[in-house]
This record gives sequence, C-alpha cells and structure tokens, in this order.
Amino acid sequence: MISLTWQWLVDPATWTGPGGIISQSITHLRISLVALLLAALVAVPVGLFIGHTGRGRWLAINLAGAFRAIPSLGVLFVATLLLLPRLSGNLAFELPVVLVLVLLAVPPVLSGTYAGVEAVDPAARDAARGVGMTEAQILWQVELPAALPLLLSGLRSAMLQIIATATIAAIVGIGGLGRYLIDGQASRQYEVMAGGAIVVALLALLVDLVMAGLQRLVVSPGLVVAKEH
Amino acid sequence: MIRFESVTKRYPDGTTAVDDLSLEVPRGGITVFVGPSGCGKTTSLRMINRMVEPTEGRILINDEDVADRKPARLRRSIGYVIQHAGLFPHRTVLANVMTVPTLIGWDKGRARTAAMEAIEKVGLTADQASRYPAQLSGGQQQRVGVARALASDPEVVLMDEPFSAVDPLVRTDLQNEVRRLQRELGITVVLVTHDIDEAISLGDHVAVMRQGGHLAQLASPGELLTEPADDFVASFVGKDRGYRKLGFTETQVEADPERTVSLGEDVPAGRGWVLVADEQEQPLGWVDRQGSGGPVQEEELHRMGSLAEVGDSARVFLDAALSAPSGRGVVVQDGRVVGTVTPERVLEAIRAQGGSDG
Repeated sequence: MISLTWQWLVDPATWTGPGGIISQSITHLRISLVALLLAALVAVPVGLFIGHTGRGRWLAINLAGAFRAIPSLGVLFVATLLLLPRLSGNLAFELPVVLVLVLLAVPPVLSGTYAGVEAVDPAARDAARGVGMTEAQILWQVELPAALPLLLSGLRSAMLQIIATATIAAIVGIGGLGRYLIDGQASRQYEVMAGGAIVVALLALLVDLVMAGLQRLVVSPGLVVAKEH
Repeated sequence: MIRFESVTKRYPDGTTAVDDLSLEVPRGGITVFVGPSGCGKTTSLRMINRMVEPTEGRILINDEDVADRKPARLRRSIGYVIQHAGLFPHRTVLANVMTVPTLIGWDKGRARTAAMEAIEKVGLTADQASRYPAQLSGGQQQRVGVARALASDPEVVLMDEPFSAVDPLVRTDLQNEVRRLQRELGITVVLVTHDIDEAISLGDHVAVMRQGGHLAQLASPGELLTEPADDFVASFVGKDRGYRKLGFTETQVEADPERTVSLGEDVPAGRGWVLVADEQEQPLGWVDRQGSGGPVQEEELHRMGSLAEVGDSARVFLDAALSAPSGRGVVVQDGRVVGTVTPERVLEAIRAQGGSDG
C-alpha cells in the first residue's frame, strides 16, 4: 500500500497533464483563494467595526459559533440544488463550493480581527484619540496595524481549513485535489486516495509557509519584539 | 489662560464627577490637579481637550470656548501625556513622536526634524529614536510620551498621572525633566496626580480637589502648607507640613568657612571631623580625626551627607546639616565647597525670616 502510494506519487504522469496534480492543485488553490478573499472582504470590515466600537460582539461570537456547526457537505448539496437551475456552466458548480468555503472561513477571520483590535493597548488607543486622531485614523493607523498579528493568524487558520475542505468540490464534479479522493474511492485505487490526501496536506503546509512569510513582511517588527518581552 | 466656568460633569447613571468647577489655570508654569481618587481631577483634565464633554458650563483656552473647536483639531494643538505613555507599539520612537506634526500636515522633513529635536529635548538619543517602544524601559517610554506631546510646540500640555507607573528613582528624574522643560519652553502644563508630594514639589499652582468634584483650594504650594483652606486640605496635605514648608523657604544661610584637607594629608589627632576634598575643592567625604591622627586614607572616608547648593531652600540646608556625620552640612557652589552650616545656623536663618510658622 505504502509502496503503491509512493509509486503513484513519483510517477511523472501523475503530475502532468490536464488531470495531473499540478493542474488540480492550481484549480484547488484558485477556489481556495477566491473563498479566502471573499471571506476576508466580509469578516475583516465587520471584525474591525466590532473591535473598534465594541458593539455587536455577542452577535459575532454566537454567529461564529453557529457557522462552525454548519455541516459543509449539507450546505454544499443544498446550495448546489438551489443554484444549479439559476446558473450555467462551471459557475453553477463552483459557486456553491466557494459559498461553503466562505462560511467556513468567516468565523476564524472574524474572531482574529476583532480579537486583534480588542487586544490593542487601551492606553495607545486613548493616546491616539488624545493627540488628535480621528476615529478613522485611530482605526487605520493604530488599531489595524497593531491587530495584524492576530488578524493574519485568523486568515492562516481559515486558509488551512479552506484547503482541507475544498476537496469536497470534487463531489459536485469540479476539479481540485479532491478528485483523487473521490475518483480513487470510486475506482478502488486506494493508493490514489492516500496520495491525494498527502498532496492536500503538503499544499496546505506550503501555503501556510508562504502566508507566514507574508506575515513577517507586513507585521511591524515592533510588535514582534513586544511579543518576545 | 485656561478657564473653567461653572463646569459640571454628570454621568447618565447620576454620578457627578465634577460639580460646578470654576478655576483659572494661569499661563506658564505647572498647575497640578490633586486629590483622592474619585475627586474628578482626571475628568477635569480630560474636559480641557474634549476627551470628556462637560454637562454644564464651559472651558475657555485664551478666551476661546473649546466647545467651538473640532475635537480632533483642538487635541492636536494641545500636548497629551498619559500614565502608561500609550505609545503605538508598531511604530518606532521617531514615528511615534512624528505623530502630531504629521497630523497637522507638516511635510515629512519638517516633522522629522521637529521630532528629533523633541527626542533630544527629553534626553533620549538618536539611536533610541529608531527603536520600538517595547525595546525601551518604562521610564524611557514615558520620555517618548513627553516628546510626542512636545513635538509640535504646543502652548498647553496636559499630563494625566504621567509618573505614577514608573519606579521612584526614575520618577524623580522625570519630574525634574518636566520642570526643566516647562521652564525652558515656557509652556503651560496641567498635571493630574493623586500624590500630594508630587503636587507640592512640582506645581507652581496646586488645585486640591475633594470627592464629588469640588475644588477645595487653589494656591501655591507654600500657601497650601501654611494656610490650608479647611480641614480636608490640611489633612490631605498631611503631616510634617512645617518641615515640608521649608522646601519653599528661600533662606540666606551664611555658611561658616570650612578648612578642607586632601587625601594623604597628615592630620593630627584632636581635630575631630575633617572635610576631605580633591584639588578642585570638590567634597569627597568626612574623616574622623578625634582619637587618632595620621594621613587621610580613602578607605576611612565617611560618606557625605546630602549637599546644599547656594540658593537652595531651607529644607535642603537643614537636611544637609542633619545628614552629615559631623553635624555640619556641606554647602557647595558649582560643585566646590564654600563652607558648612550647622542645624542651629539654619534654624536661626529661618527664624530671622519668620518662615518657621506653618
């Protein structure tokens, strides 16, 4: 079994071509990135608002909890059934998948963002206001930069979940690394299933590494030393 | 310069933080709001730059009602220093200090120059300017906080418990620094503290407030010690008022001449306590030549008491006399010994001035 999996993984034919790992990884990443972007577009502004004003915190906590309890597969089927008659082409299948992934990614991004803003030193916030920053300036120049470490952690953990879960795209017939899991099971090629799972895990690790690098670039060194002290 | 006209702050839950406060903060100098917790001193301070809005009454700066100005613009024209400095952790010291110059629209070069000047003014180095707040000690962070408040040359600087979170030694340093800066720049400082000693040693004017936001007395520190307006002020000002008042009594204490000896000099027995100084007449310590004589060794030096500088207050002179092992306080001018004073002599000088009441 292990050797079969290994053989499958090292076979050049597995990697290249239209159904190869490289092309499936690109599809997988594309769907994942779109989902993360959409989730961030929703969750970051809401998180900033909650963190800055302190309003709606309980709502966010409860919603995030409820979101986490949503069964991804169930939502996928419902969304596909609802959207399929109304959309055409690839979009009809991709949109439900993206929707499921966005629902999955919103809670970690949202809680990372508002926790980051909430954790900003109250003295720094008071000083920002006291030296004459407007509310918008406080948010952009103080709260957001200071919240970045937690915000980005939220994005990273969301991305890990997205990449793992994006495999369900294969269930409704579109590409991505989930193909190997579904097709492997259908054809009883367990080495393909195992190999596909390994590739998903590797991709998740790789993306997390890239995001960690980005985090180092955009987070102020002042916050890194603050953590060390 | 800053005038409170019947200012009241009442919160929706019915508590009154400040009750019908009227007072005038004179231009220049340090005015201290002091009182026990819950006396409304911080609320009063924060109403000056509209961090808190009064329920009734008005506050004028240079005869202009602060309520007529946009809060953000008003605050940019007033320095603001708070207890834990409140530095922006993601910005370097320099960027922190550049905050207000940038907010009021100075170009980067000018903002940078002004910030560097302010950083030097508070005694930090150019090297420290490129560090992040987390890399500095608490005292250094508070200096950055002061520099940030001064960078755009405001006329008025508000300080809310600026020294409460640092250790006592650093606190004394910072207090001296603020006093020096105030004198040097001629700014008006309004400072809030719960520490009456800090109020008295730092303030040119002290507003003592009592619970419920009432002004109990606004006076100079000396006046506060001599003529407390009521029992509350008297008890808040505390014990040893008489002794502390000496801190505000300038006395003409005539120092007695003191012959100093240098290290290695042979001093015969029977001379009693002898003051040792170096070639520049800078005092080194005392040596006991009562029982036995001989050359003065560095190891046998007794520590100096506190030193009194010509022009210091009676309190410093008296402390110098009381803390010297010889009973003679060393008086210096520019670091050189000019003579010594005994406690009796200091008391005579105080009595001659009629300054020992209180």
